[in-house]
Amino acid sequence: MRKFLNNPADAVDESLRGFARCHADLVELVERPRYVKRQRLTQGKTAIISGGGSGHDPLHAGLVGRGMLDAAVPGEIFSSPSVEQILAAAEAVGGEAGLLCLIKNYSGDIMNFELAMEMFDRPHASVIIEDDIGAAGGDDTVGRRGVAGTVVVEKLAGAAAERGEGLEACAEIARRAAAATRTIGVALGGCQVPSADKANLELAPGEMEIGIGIHGEPGRRRAPIAPANEIVEELIEALIADFSPSPDDPLLLFVNGLGGTPPMETYIIYDAAARMLAARGLTVARSLVAPLVTSLEMPGASITLTKMEDGFLDLWDDPVVTPGLRWGA
Amino acid sequence: MGRMSLAQSHNPAENTGAALELLDVLCTLLLGAEDELNGLDRAIGDGDHGGNLARASRSLSELRPELAELSMGEAVTRAGRAVVMSVGGASGPLYGTLLMEMGKALPDEPGPGDWAAAFAAGVDGVARRGRSAEGDKTMLDVLAPASRALSEEASADLHEALAAMRAAAEDGFETSRGLRAKRGRAAYVGERSVGHDDPGARSALLCVGAVADFLGENKG
Repeated sequence: MRKFLNNPADAVDESLRGFARCHADLVELVERPRYVKRQRLTQGKTAIISGGGSGHDPLHAGLVGRGMLDAAVPGEIFSSPSVEQILAAAEAVGGEAGLLCLIKNYSGDIMNFELAMEMFDRPHASVIIEDDIGAAGGDDTVGRRGVAGTVVVEKLAGAAAERGEGLEACAEIARRAAAATRTIGVALGGCQVPSADKANLELAPGEMEIGIGIHGEPGRRRAPIAPANEIVEELIEALIADFSPSPDDPLLLFVNGLGGTPPMETYIIYDAAARMLAARGLTVARSLVAPLVTSLEMPGASITLTKMEDGFLDLWDDPVVTPGLRWGA
Repeated sequence: MGRMSLAQSHNPAENTGAALELLDVLCTLLLGAEDELNGLDRAIGDGDHGGNLARASRSLSELRPELAELSMGEAVTRAGRAVVMSVGGASGPLYGTLLMEMGKALPDEPGPGDWAAAFAAGVDGVARRGRSAEGDKTMLDVLAPASRALSEEASADLHEALAAMRAAAEDGFETSRGLRAKRGRAAYVGERSVGHDDPGARSALLCVGAVADFLGENKG
């Protein structure tokens, strides 16, 4: 295993210590129970928290800061944070103005947030994010997985909260953003949890998994690796088929690296995706290319499209100052 | 009367002390199964099930001195609360809820029928928290039939009741393998989950088997 580690069991804590030390102007790490919060909280503002398994950096801790999250709750690698962590973060940042929990659609995350919110006695709301169209089996029993589209929801809801919107208004923005967002990923290889003896997802050399999840979960199809244009064509086709954007919908096109694919290649993907959308008469109004929702060292990428409904473009353009995403400040 | 049985002692602390030996057995078992359970989980989920249960086991071992001071019901509830609060993943809320609901249902001096009723209450709690049912390819495929068998046989001979519980758990596990997952991360892979062992069903089978062994061997 080619990883920079000391004791694998300490990987999450050690990484967060480095992260907090590096970005001490923006964030503060609380270790027991573990969560990351803004260095300076704004009194009277709707607070927004998110959380989930670690291994997806910079999601979520790297998106804590002005214009986005107030706190993030990192679990063990690929494993939901505990109730006491979530409750501690909620109590640290959630005041009478209310607390919005943005939760990726995984049973562990949902149950732990739900239990924590049953014990939290200030106003709160939760929005579930399920943007991944990748897997074939996600039917109405569990919905879909929450993946890179989470960044879009956190950005738009975070901007609304920063403008002084109340809990219900922020929750409504988050719900609308989640409903307007679709993602599909592709992996050219697996990833390995530091303490594990084997990779999550075993692909033979030259194989790819279309519709990959961000923990190495299988997607919809395994196939020989094809030229980038052909792969992107399949992903774009799947996205368009799923939520039929019209030429009147300004789109956000977000190409996300999964951890092991360099920017050179994610820009190749972005170029192909933008060309294909334009060829279909669709309008890319905003763009983002960055590894923001990774899956450890997985070689791969995902494409996210959001229909930028009324008000979304302005919220997207609002200033954001976090370790992982910053503009306009 | 032996060290521990489904029959009651009139000393609540003695009951709890004996149950802690069973807790030790379960913790050792789950720590040893960490790699196997992670491996099953990697195939159709996210690979964290063994690690989560190992974390639960370590947290319960640390809690042991505190548990020894409590009555049976309080100890089981307290253990469940610790698992719910500190473990995370999906296993924390689910196994923690199982224990919490069992503990709430236990009287101070539980007899076999009380244990069977408590187990049933715990299984109901798991189903509610996970919004899941038997047949969804989860731990409930093992826990629900095991609980039913124990309830049906609780008034019979203890060995027969334990054997029936174990047999029902094993049957449930075998049936689960052929199912398509409808809950948990495995649900996202749909048909590709068929033929794989569900990690939650496997950990539940390990625990039910260990409980049956322990109580059978120590029957007074």
